[in-house]
Amino acid sequence: MRKEVRIAGFGGQGIGLAGYILGKALALYDGREAVMTQSYGPEARGGASSANIIVSDREIAYPFVQQPDILVAMSQEAYAKYYPTVRPDGLILIDSDLVTPKDVKGHYFIPATQLAEDCGRRIVANMVMLGYFCVVTNLVRRKAMEKAIDTTVKPKTRALNLKAFATGTEFGTRELSRS
Amino acid sequence: MSKQTVLTGQHFMHGDHACAEGALAAGCRFFGGYPITPSTEIAERLARRLPEVGGVFIQMEDELGSTAAVIGASAGGARAMTATSGPGFSLMMENLGLAVMMEIPCVLVNIQRGSPSTGLPTMAGQSDVMQARWGSHGDYAIVAYAPWSPQEMFDLTVLSFNTADRYRVPVLLMADEVVGHMVERVEIPATGEIPYWPRKRPIAPPNGRFLPFLAEDDDLVPPIAHAGEGYKLHFTGLTHDALGYPDMTATTHHDLVTRLKNKVRDNAKNIIRVDEYYLDDADIVVIAYGCTARSARRSVRLARQKGIRAGLLRPITLWPFPEERLKELAMTVDSFIVAEMNLGQIALEIERIIRGPVKGIFHAGGSMIAPEPILQAIEEANGV
Repeated sequence: MRKEVRIAGFGGQGIGLAGYILGKALALYDGREAVMTQSYGPEARGGASSANIIVSDREIAYPFVQQPDILVAMSQEAYAKYYPTVRPDGLILIDSDLVTPKDVKGHYFIPATQLAEDCGRRIVANMVMLGYFCVVTNLVRRKAMEKAIDTTVKPKTRALNLKAFATGTEFGTRELSRS
Repeated sequence: MSKQTVLTGQHFMHGDHACAEGALAAGCRFFGGYPITPSTEIAERLARRLPEVGGVFIQMEDELGSTAAVIGASAGGARAMTATSGPGFSLMMENLGLAVMMEIPCVLVNIQRGSPSTGLPTMAGQSDVMQARWGSHGDYAIVAYAPWSPQEMFDLTVLSFNTADRYRVPVLLMADEVVGHMVERVEIPATGEIPYWPRKRPIAPPNGRFLPFLAEDDDLVPPIAHAGEGYKLHFTGLTHDALGYPDMTATTHHDLVTRLKNKVRDNAKNIIRVDEYYLDDADIVVIAYGCTARSARRSVRLARQKGIRAGLLRPITLWPFPEERLKELAMTVDSFIVAEMNLGQIALEIERIIRGPVKGIFHAGGSMIAPEPILQAIEEANGV
């Protein structure tokens, strides 16, 4: 098993944190090998931001994502830039509040920003998305993700982040059972 | 963040942060530096962490000052380091020579980016590896390591401090932007399991006659007395006698410089570390270090799946270079492939040692060499 995941959006959405939490869950709490790299450049603030994770059952040699199996797009710009890089059979998860897709094949939609606002703060849209990711992709155990969130975010925001994550998983479970 | 000195446990950790944590675990209590991409995260982390553990962080005016401050702190008894990238590394070369001449242990980290000059500040390179060996003027020897993962950013930073103290020599951690900026699992051992090699210290008390640069032991390393302990000490970059005072004669100069070089050369077999994959029966050997070795390992695996007898030699110490191991391999191996993110630097050293040509997979930097071109070179070598 080897999967490439790219999470992309704009600076300030917590894209890097979402990627870090996913990687940490896989590498420390789910018995996998995982590596994260980030797009890194002078333009990082305000512009496009992406976090790239490779997960595998064995050691990962080349650490860069080349053709993602899963793309999470949280901005139109990120979607436009990275949609063409996804494998033909890949999954695309989008924040339907922020992205208008070109296609529906392989696409999964969640109004992550709206659901985050319902939780109390739109800043946790990344955690809502991770919850949805967990259900749609089955790539990582829910418990592992919760532990990664718990050990990463600041203690005073722990409850909010976990609530946002749970909101994403509930939305995912509901949507998938309907389809 | 925890105020523990050693963050024992499993982490999903950034390479630069792992380097900073390795320094703290090794007992480093002084950092003097000037931030520069892609090494800045080391300084950031230590700026926050050193005060928590009773250490000192100083942002200096430039890299000359940084290195001078590190030398001073170490002469006073502290484990001390700085971190930089290409342009800053060039500025450190003058005082690197001073540390060599005064035999002050210190650790200089270079997270290499695309060079020369300002080059590619945010992108990877491996083109300072010859500068690491020869960048300061004169004949001398240093030790340089090339980590290939965040785990080794931790482990080799610890080893750098130990080697520096053991041989009274500057140690260079020659990482690259890929390894510095990637996040991967890092296991930090319990405090008692972090290797610690203490400095060799004088036996004579401070009030007696003490020759701070007299190397009586077989290892050619004089015991080190620290400033402020009561010993009469004189440190100079001038050629000096056993007392540490200038003695500008050809004989003293030849003896001193020869000892400084032999101190590393004669202890090389204790210093050198390599990592090997599938070398037992290899006809084709790939040599690669740092991030490039990750791709090389994959290429070798893929070649093995195709029935090609390929192997990987990964020098963990770039300097001193694992010359003896390479000479052994050269007796049975048909062809050598060298992959590095420069236009052929370590390849020259390898050609010198094996007395023959290598096939080079070179890239000037900016993107990591992928497994495919290395595999292709293996297949071509196999077809010959």
